[in-house]
Amino acid sequence: MAALLAAHGVSKSYGAFQALRDVSLSISDGEFISIVGPNGAGKSTLVHVLTGLLKPTAGHVHFHGANIAGIGPVELARRGMARGFQLVNIFPALTVRETLAVAAASRLKRIANPFRSLTRDREVRADVEEVADIFNLRHRLDQPASALSQGEKKLLDVASAFALKPQLILIDEPTSGVSTGDKHSIMELLVTAARKAGVRGIIQVEHDMDLVARYSDRIIALQGGAVLANEPPATFFRDPALIAAVVGTRPPSVPHKSAAEARPC
Amino acid sequence: MRIETSVRAVASPAAPPLSRPKGLWALLVIVVAMAALPLIASTYTLTLMVPFFGFAIALLGFNLLFGYTGLLSFGHAMFLGVGAYATAVLTSKLGVRSFELVLLTAIAVSALIALPVGYLCVRYTRIFFGMLTLAFGMLFHSILFKFYGLTGGDQGMRVVRPLLFGMDSAGGKTAFLTGPFYYYALGLLAVLGFVMWRIVRSPFGLHLQAIRENAQKASYLGVQVSRTRLAAFVISAIYGAVGGAILAVSIGLADPEMVYWTQSGNLVFMAVLGGSGSFVGPVIGGLAFVLLHDSVMAATQYWRFVMGAILVLLVIFFPRGIAGIAGDVVARFRKGS
Ligand SMILES: Nc1ncnc2c1ncn2[C@@H]1O[C@H](COP(=O)(O)OP(=O)(O)OP(=O)(O)O)[C@@H](O)[C@H]1O
Ligand SMILES: [Mg+2]
Repeated sequence: MAALLAAHGVSKSYGAFQALRDVSLSISDGEFISIVGPNGAGKSTLVHVLTGLLKPTAGHVHFHGANIAGIGPVELARRGMARGFQLVNIFPALTVRETLAVAAASRLKRIANPFRSLTRDREVRADVEEVADIFNLRHRLDQPASALSQGEKKLLDVASAFALKPQLILIDEPTSGVSTGDKHSIMELLVTAARKAGVRGIIQVEHDMDLVARYSDRIIALQGGAVLANEPPATFFRDPALIAAVVGTRPPSVPHKSAAEARPC
Repeated sequence: MRIETSVRAVASPAAPPLSRPKGLWALLVIVVAMAALPLIASTYTLTLMVPFFGFAIALLGFNLLFGYTGLLSFGHAMFLGVGAYATAVLTSKLGVRSFELVLLTAIAVSALIALPVGYLCVRYTRIFFGMLTLAFGMLFHSILFKFYGLTGGDQGMRVVRPLLFGMDSAGGKTAFLTGPFYYYALGLLAVLGFVMWRIVRSPFGLHLQAIRENAQKASYLGVQVSRTRLAAFVISAIYGAVGGAILAVSIGLADPEMVYWTQSGNLVFMAVLGGSGSFVGPVIGGLAFVLLHDSVMAATQYWRFVMGAILVLLVIFFPRGIAGIAGDVVARFRKGS
């Protein structure tokens, strides 16, 4: 099967510092990939390169077979790739409805006519409510984003990316700064949402090994900007040295598939 | 946790302008009150209202940029000037007296100027945008002085009374300003107010607000940040020029004072006074400014000091302006009843 997104020999330097070294990866239809690695391993840099925000110093990134270097976020969205951010990234004063409508309006090309009614736009409305339903945000639709809880803000950030109806979505630590209980529900929502919205691939950066073990089809471990491992969880979690390298300075968790399943959520 | 309909009906605190039609109602109330004003008010009051209509239109445009897009222009008087000087040049130099033609020209010229100026300015935000617009405003002001032969420099340029819908009117200047032109300008405010209402509630208007809130995030949701900002800049310039044309007719002069950077400051003052966070706030601010300016200037020679003090108090104690205060009062009244 043809890859949705593929990186070939990607390197990225910030001045003299090399943040990514010869990274190659690909994601195919239906895959959920987790990128893991200690702080500073280059995970966010990789997401930036994969989403065309940063140009690789060497190598290239292809989305649907076309090079996406420097195409910019708007064109990226148009081609079917969306992303969430590591830090909460919302429109504080806009309501949930408006936030989702921003994406729906761009997707449905509603901008050329500045006199067009938004409130009476059934298609935008349907899109917005569909996404809100998927992410359990319907009861929040008319509240400003700033009034949401931390977890809901993260959800809204991700939900707004989903409102673009992308084929591929990249999310940098969707659960950072969120309590453990919320982490699991966010992940559940993400996976359900992807299925419902017809998203064909998810790439996420995630530190929580329980979540990684539980939801990924494949794990890509980065260390010092290079790919240390690229394998399914079953083999990944059989290698204690690998896990130690990835968890880095963070407190070790219990990254064990059966243990993860026993955990109530 | 998810009984959507009932929860939604109750919970909608502090929704921004987009989700409620009250801004349009407020504008309608103002327009109707102004339409009835000639029945009760003195001629003097009516002559004050015509510049208010001009400012109100300019402020609706100004606030598309400031309140909705988050770009604070310190050079917007430039577009008042474009409208004013277009009116003066057409009526007194070229013999074109049709005010409709004057308005169309003002609109075209302001859009032509706003395109390149905006193209440069919208690449910057915050103080850099403010400084750039200020610089362009000063540049425009100095150009007016350079072309003394055409613009009359500091003397300004006379405006000949225009024809409204091709009709001349009998009577003196005051009769014209408080009669036909009063209603003409008010009509423009009503129409352009409604058009602006449509704009801010369109998907385009929503994208402007998304840019104001978080431009990077907006771009990843497919918002074309620079292009959308530029469109807002041009629209606001057009509104400024129409306002400027009305001001020029009401003064009878295209006055370089109208283009000076202090006038840009007045626009900012009016918007803040009324409350840039609401649709109708700047219009209310324009009215309050015109009335305040008139009464304070009559009462004391230190009117600039008094106006400055008012602005300071306002920013500190009522950052949401008169419209914000009114909103709180209405909300409290509703709660009590
Ligand atoms: N703009 C930049 N200029 C210079 N160096 C940078 C820049 N951005 C990141 N780096 C460096 O590149 C390395 C990789 O950063 P990156 O943000 O990709 O790491 P990460 O794996 O996402 O880390 P974290 O887990 O903390 O989010 C780090 O050493 C970082 O200091
Ligand atoms: Mg990171």
